[in-house]
Amino acid sequence: MNTAVANAPAAAPKVRLKTSAMIASIAGEGQRTTPAPFGHALAALAEQRPDIVGLTADLAKYTDLHIFAQQQPQRFFQMGMAEQVLMGAAAGLAHEGFVPFATTYAVFATRRAYDFIHQAISEEGLPVKICAALPGLTTGYGPSHQACEDLALMRAMPGMTVIDPCDALEIEQAVPAIAAHAGPVYMRLLRGQVPRVLDEYNYQFELGRAKLLRDGRDVLIVSTGLMTMRALEVATALAADAVDVGVLHVPTLKPLDEATIVEACRREGRLVVVAENHTVIGGLGEAVSSALMRARVMPTRFELAGLPDAYLKAGALPTLHDLYGISRDALAARIKGWLV
Amino acid sequence: MTAVLERPPQADAAPATLAALQQRAQRIRRLAVRMGEVQGQGYVGQALGIADVLAALYGEFLQYDPAEPKWEGRDRFLLSCGHYAIALYAALIEAGVIPEAELDTYGSDDSRLPMSGMAQYTPGMEISGGSLGQGLTIAVGMALGLKQKASDRWVVNLMGDGELDEGSTWEAAQAAAHHGLSNLLAIVDANNMQADGPCSGVMRYEPLADKWAAFGWIVRRVDGNDLAAVRQALAALRAAPGSAPRILIADTKLGRGVPFLESRDKAHFIRVEAEEWALALAALDTPAQAPVPGAAA
Repeated sequence: MNTAVANAPAAAPKVRLKTSAMIASIAGEGQRTTPAPFGHALAALAEQRPDIVGLTADLAKYTDLHIFAQQQPQRFFQMGMAEQVLMGAAAGLAHEGFVPFATTYAVFATRRAYDFIHQAISEEGLPVKICAALPGLTTGYGPSHQACEDLALMRAMPGMTVIDPCDALEIEQAVPAIAAHAGPVYMRLLRGQVPRVLDEYNYQFELGRAKLLRDGRDVLIVSTGLMTMRALEVATALAADAVDVGVLHVPTLKPLDEATIVEACRREGRLVVVAENHTVIGGLGEAVSSALMRARVMPTRFELAGLPDAYLKAGALPTLHDLYGISRDALAARIKGWLV
Repeated sequence: MTAVLERPPQADAAPATLAALQQRAQRIRRLAVRMGEVQGQGYVGQALGIADVLAALYGEFLQYDPAEPKWEGRDRFLLSCGHYAIALYAALIEAGVIPEAELDTYGSDDSRLPMSGMAQYTPGMEISGGSLGQGLTIAVGMALGLKQKASDRWVVNLMGDGELDEGSTWEAAQAAAHHGLSNLLAIVDANNMQADGPCSGVMRYEPLADKWAAFGWIVRRVDGNDLAAVRQALAALRAAPGSAPRILIADTKLGRGVPFLESRDKAHFIRVEAEEWALALAALDTPAQAPVPGAAA
């Protein structure tokens, strides 16, 4: 402890933020949001597609699937707090010609039910869409609910498509896109009041495609999920310091749009930062590294801005995002440090 | 989504007699032993034990079209215990789904008959079982799906008694009762043997019938090698009123029908010496054994 600071008479008392609810919103103050974009998009799609069904493991309200359940009660199946039968039953419904959307928290979908997804769903190429809430560090509740390694687990599974959407707009666009995809999909889910940012960029989600949202001379942030939102905020913030930051959004981690990524990283003289709401092991950072190495592309400088290989703390989400370097200010500070 | 359910081809055949089913069971045993001989090993003990149940299913209970294994109007048979594939291949050969000529490829490179059941390889194999405790969870989804399609077809899930150790079995048991899946029939091959030894020593599961009944299932428990009792139980489970899922607990004997295998030191994987395959076939040449009096539970 810094006693000098502690003893300073002018020091304001430190405000201890509270952990808050498990499902604390990631939206910043005053940010534009859309309520339950997944639930509404799925309910709208179900009007056109009678083969869509929804399942959950006691987390309909917390994955926004309740919106679908209210509109399509006959096509909603509550499986109780049992993720293995959730995945097995989704496989069974897919065998019978349905396109099941199975929701739970990302930790339970991946860590708890992995073999059921592997054997009952993916090995048979069934069109089950696993939509998993609380991805990465989106709860301060602690490691029991923080899915920091879900992308690594799901990327490793043969035949699995893996998506980490950025905002409400992208979730709305991704729902019909993944339903139209023939095979299994793992999609990270932001739920509740979800920030809406990509409509400012004339954005259109395409499965398997990375998109350059803005170009920049000094830095290229290659990002996925909510870190694209952070990257855009960082780009605005650093512009004030005359640092020109580009943002390449990579919503689909598998199959990875290597061609677009490699091409963007080929430009010389830029710092390339891969930003993800996920452990630095096995996520977008290592996937991009591998793609660049195989293409013999070596950026002037290359850094990973992901979560550490550790069991993360419990606490208030803003505190934790600062602590682990994925808040706007923390990411901006890291990038400025790398530019020195 | 609605299903088109026509009469299956075998519905036009004369009703099966007990003697015909017993002969079918005996042919299933012979086919399984012949596959075991091809590979020099295999889960032959389990195949001999479950042959009577498979004969009753494929000879009488299940509706299917041998020429079109994916026919929408079929009953779905799930082999959760993928290592019983040798038994199911034998039943599918006997049912006319798989050509007998393929038997010689069992467990070989590029065969459609791998040692553990794989849906992508084999006609009539609905799922890739083998990761034990998964079949019943998939069966729950299929039964939900069939009801959603207003189909009256059955989902039948065969599992070994070792699968009762898996928590997912009980997740599925609870879900099936909760959702009123009266079109779901589970079958447990209760041979009291799993990889590390008798189930009673590895992980005790009795009182089994009481457990399933407590989970809300309609239960019948019979000597699974007494074909008359098996078909009677299947008929009763089919006819039972109500929305509850159904289960047949079939107490079977590993190696059934080949006396020297029945009496061999019991193991999950029965050892068969090279010269014994012919002896096993010879033992199965004797007329189908009559049910042992008093063996039924």
